[in-house]
Amino acid sequence: MKPRRSLVFTALLGLAAATSLLLPGNGPGSQGGLGTVKGEESLRTMQRAGGGGHIEMGMGTRGSVTEGAVGIDPTVYLTAWNFNNLPPGERERFYRETPRGDGTLLREYWFHAFEREIEVAPGVFFQAWTYNGQVPGPTIRATEGDRIRIHFRNDAARPHTMHFHGFHPAEMDGSLPSQFVEPGGAFTYEFTAEPFGIHLYHCHSTPLTEHIHKGLYGAFIIDPKTPRERAKELVMMMNGFDTDFDGENEVYAVNSVAFHYMSRPVHVRQGELVRIYLVNILEFDQINSFHLHANFFKEYRTGTSLTPNAFTDIVVMGQAERSILEVRFPHPGSFMFHAHKTEFSELGWMGMFEVEERLEGGTQ
Amino acid sequence: MKRWFFGFVPLALLGILVLLFLSRGAPGVFRSSAPPIEKISFERVVFRPDEIVLTVINDGPSPVTISQVQVNDAFWGFEMDPQGTLGRLERARIRIPYPWNDGEPQRVTILTRSGIAFEKEIEAAVETPRIERRYVGSLALLGTYVGVVPVFIGIMWFPFLRNLKKGWFGFLLSLTLGLLFFLGVDSVIEGIKTAAKAPGSLKGFGVLTLGFATAFFVLFAIGGKKREEDTAREDSPGAMALAFSISLGIGVHNLGEGLAVGGAYAIGEIALGTLLVVGFMIHNATEGIAIVAPISKIRVSLPSLIALGALAGAPTILGAWIGGFAYSPLWAALFFGIGAGAIFQVLIEISRQVSRGSHRAFFSLKNTAGFITGLFVMYATGLLVAA
Repeated sequence: MKPRRSLVFTALLGLAAATSLLLPGNGPGSQGGLGTVKGEESLRTMQRAGGGGHIEMGMGTRGSVTEGAVGIDPTVYLTAWNFNNLPPGERERFYRETPRGDGTLLREYWFHAFEREIEVAPGVFFQAWTYNGQVPGPTIRATEGDRIRIHFRNDAARPHTMHFHGFHPAEMDGSLPSQFVEPGGAFTYEFTAEPFGIHLYHCHSTPLTEHIHKGLYGAFIIDPKTPRERAKELVMMMNGFDTDFDGENEVYAVNSVAFHYMSRPVHVRQGELVRIYLVNILEFDQINSFHLHANFFKEYRTGTSLTPNAFTDIVVMGQAERSILEVRFPHPGSFMFHAHKTEFSELGWMGMFEVEERLEGGTQ
Repeated sequence: MKRWFFGFVPLALLGILVLLFLSRGAPGVFRSSAPPIEKISFERVVFRPDEIVLTVINDGPSPVTISQVQVNDAFWGFEMDPQGTLGRLERARIRIPYPWNDGEPQRVTILTRSGIAFEKEIEAAVETPRIERRYVGSLALLGTYVGVVPVFIGIMWFPFLRNLKKGWFGFLLSLTLGLLFFLGVDSVIEGIKTAAKAPGSLKGFGVLTLGFATAFFVLFAIGGKKREEDTAREDSPGAMALAFSISLGIGVHNLGEGLAVGGAYAIGEIALGTLLVVGFMIHNATEGIAIVAPISKIRVSLPSLIALGALAGAPTILGAWIGGFAYSPLWAALFFGIGAGAIFQVLIEISRQVSRGSHRAFFSLKNTAGFITGLFVMYATGLLVAA
């Protein structure tokens, strides 16, 4: 080998090696992923208030969502129906009741559909289609026999409807193409609230999957004429979000925000009756479940009977299935509730009840 | 002076145009209303006890904000450095305290602000060695097993080849041709495969082509001058130069191979089994034959043989180090490209020697048999590399 040639070869190799050191992040040790990591910290610790409620885990989302992330605080949503979360003056713009001769009420609602970005996990945003800018939509609650009138306006870019589960005339079904409310259009739905139970409403425009999954749904509660026993009442809609539109949910939740009730537990009192209006509106993998720790509840399927169907600690539901659950917490402390499809629970559908100790007297 | 001026005019105009467009936008071009396309590529996955460390790069056109991380279908807490939004080609390190299990597949998902999910699946998680003498040593040993030892074993055939009758020389050269042809194609394919793994905007294929063409033409330019001096005789000093050319080509190919193997080892994609190392050993022993065949009829000193073997084999160690410490598919693709270019250049050199200007001589029965044997040996031993 002539020296000249060998020189060129060496230079070629040398050049390659030298340039390899110049590219950012490719020089040995430049990525910091090697050698000792500085400032090693212990695993993330999540501290919770309450007896025995100390959970140490890395599982969960990082950070917290901004105020009103899904148009409504999920904690407020739990007990918000007929816009009772709004100050009186504000509430009148969306809800009015007028007594009727037969002792029932005419309940009027003003709903409008529009697009809105919501935050379904800290820092993860979803281009939602909403009723009144919130997901789930506002809860409608009436007593059996009440007249319901909904002034619906479509301010969105696509045709939408409101389709109610429950009795109503055919022209009020909001499901056929002829019943689609075009962008800029309006329609007034009117029917009598029946039968009593926990129902739901949702958009029935096509493609149906898209219109439901993007957030056009809400709970529809009809109380029996003789009121149920006084209770702490909570509305829970089990939902999920396919944030990257691949036909699978990235985020699961109850009331839209992943793990919301982990960082902000649902407060109840020891021994008090807690009634949960539970609706499954999950798209894509539609079989969902609700499981409560250290307790059993009475399950009233669809809430259409006053006799419980089961005394259990888990219910499994298909899409649009719903139940009323009644439970009393015998012990104070923190109790978890979650989907017992564990994948859903670790992707956001998990929360806590914080049971405050009752000081005076025992349970009834 | 004037000549230079006109050479610069278009450049200057182009520069002005680019600056104008950057500051004011291009007139008459529709602005896309489509949402920005987010892209995140995983460059490195490091497993430490109860911890996964990712190095990710934003290789898309627009900034990306990383919001959440999921491991095996569960949201998981993490630390990110730098925080939040990554500009184009910016990197971040993400530390996830996660109790992963040894040897089991792990799937990491990154969720961006707009909910786009980027997923990386690691087939079998194994703890990533840290930089320390033992790791450097084991990578060197890996390179030695895979590259150095086999090449030298192949070179040990030298006395045997030397004792073959003169009529077999053509067969041997053709055998080398077959071996190298297979190796060259293999380099290109490996290069394409690795290039596909490189972050999109860094243009892995471009780098591969660049490496290939540069090596090919540069070596030809040098070789062309040389040919005027040497007559291509089997006992000419040119034979030794040819052997070094082959050795160099194989060396660069092995550098790429070392990078790939070391990188795969580091990234946890393969748990290097004994079988794989054995496969590589047998496969790469054929490289030694390719090197010494052209010089089987001339006087060769022992130091030359050692130099030949070292040139072909030692880069594997270098490659394993680079791959093990800072694996980048881009560099692997570049070296596969250079290796392939060098090998194909040598192929042409050897072909010239085999044919000596005559097609008939080139396609003689013995030569054809040699070529096919070379291909077959490479194919058969390649089956042992089950990676």
